[in-house]
Amino acid sequence: MKNKLVCYFSTAQTEQPIIYRLVKNYDLIINILKADINPQKEGYLVVELEGSKENYEAGTRFLESLGVVLEPLSESIIWNEQICIQCGACASFCPTEALAIDRDTMEVSFHNERCVVCGMCLECCPTRAIILHFEIKEAV
Amino acid sequence: MAVQKSYEEINEKIKKGEAVVVTAEEVIGIVEEKGYEQAAREIDVVTTGTFGPMCSSGAFINFGHSNPRIKMKKVWLNGVEAYSGIAAVDAYIGAAQVAENDPENKVFPGRFVYGGGHVIHDLVAGKEIRLEATAYGTDCYPNRKVDTVITLDDVNDAFLFNPRNAYQNYNCAVNLGDRTLYTYMGILKPRVGNASYSTAGQLSPLLNDPHYRTIGIGTRIFLGGGVGYVAWNGTQHHPNVLRGDNGVPKVTAGTLSVIGDLKGMDPDWLVGLSYIGYGATMAVGIGIPIPILDEEMLHYTAVKDEDIYCPIVDYNEGYPYSKPMDLGFANFKELKSGRITINGKSVVTTPQSSYPRARKIAEILKQWILQGKFEITRPVAPIPSAEADIVFKSIPERTPNGLANGRNK
Repeated sequence: MKNKLVCYFSTAQTEQPIIYRLVKNYDLIINILKADINPQKEGYLVVELEGSKENYEAGTRFLESLGVVLEPLSESIIWNEQICIQCGACASFCPTEALAIDRDTMEVSFHNERCVVCGMCLECCPTRAIILHFEIKEAV
Repeated sequence: MAVQKSYEEINEKIKKGEAVVVTAEEVIGIVEEKGYEQAAREIDVVTTGTFGPMCSSGAFINFGHSNPRIKMKKVWLNGVEAYSGIAAVDAYIGAAQVAENDPENKVFPGRFVYGGGHVIHDLVAGKEIRLEATAYGTDCYPNRKVDTVITLDDVNDAFLFNPRNAYQNYNCAVNLGDRTLYTYMGILKPRVGNASYSTAGQLSPLLNDPHYRTIGIGTRIFLGGGVGYVAWNGTQHHPNVLRGDNGVPKVTAGTLSVIGDLKGMDPDWLVGLSYIGYGATMAVGIGIPIPILDEEMLHYTAVKDEDIYCPIVDYNEGYPYSKPMDLGFANFKELKSGRITINGKSVVTTPQSSYPRARKIAEILKQWILQGKFEITRPVAPIPSAEADIVFKSIPERTPNGLANGRNK
């Protein structure tokens, strides 16, 4: 199984080689998407964990046993209307018409409720008006 | 009596605030209502607009001198190299140049987040720009290094000088291959997964004056939010191509070289772009007024999206390896509808040029003329048209034996 998680660390936990243990002891494939951890400080890590169901569950239990708080990653797409030049390229890649073109005016609009955060628009926007936002709480 | 108006007569009307000015979209409805002759009698100027990625753009900058003086050999603006082999403190920053430390396509596809187009946008936005220059030092120019921060206000001169803009028609790009392509026409999904196009269609300047009767050298235009001029025909100007009955080219044809003072421009109309896997460039806003000298000009400006066709070109092999392939033509009205049919298959269309922004440029230019701030110009000289005998050339393949660095031994 594969999931994106936010791991919140306390000061003491940042001293430990947690990723190393996850790889070595639980055979998990780890992709670090974003991290903000400083020595002697609390912080967070956004990771994608992939492995067999058994290993995945054992790995996350291990993290929780250390006191790391785990939460499913909440991602959202943000469309910056001020930067957008209304070319409309994104809409042709959007599978759910969350980014849509009004065919009369050819203007682009974004409907967050339809967005499934597939990320196709991130690559095709030449002005980088679309960004992926990770929902990160104040570290615990 | 046939309608005849001179440039001077139209400018008199503009000065008196009496000129009738409409956009290249509005003229279509007026013709349908009143017919060509009546519309030609009433309308004095039709404004056009286009806003899209325009490679072959850049700006000349004169930085002024350091103390001691310097003859710059290499120059970087925010880490993007500008060409300085022109003089001591003149440089040309090209829109497509990528930052010196850019990872390019080493990890494919590269992101190209910052390039020359972004530098020009930031300059026009009044932002601080790091200026680095190196030199070998001479008696008259002893300084060997400059590393400072400048803004557009600090430089003596900065003018946009784009060698090729406002392409008259452009390819509709598809991908016949089996892997995703990352091109200057954007992302092309495999097996004709999408069709990418880039033109303002019925609003586009050169599609409204297909034989360049009124657009020529010296024509005053809207450029990057300020005032500019047509300097010359653009590079790769190739007017003698396949055209429809309406005179509109069915393939890439004419281009314009344009010039204007960067200090009078607006960052909304010069925007740095990053094409994944391809590189950096700049979206340029151009608007050109077309004087309705007679009924013929009105016929041209009344061109509609459904009258405009562009060639469908494969970017897997056809374009990169110049392999001729006949994939037919796409109609611009259908492209704008979001789907076209290619070989019986319905294909999603991907626009690259901003139609809403093109419309806005035509509207701004219309307001400038209505307010008497902008007069039309008779070209100083024409640019070559369809009867010109221009051959489209490629780089010759020759063996440079006997030549050392291009000079005879």
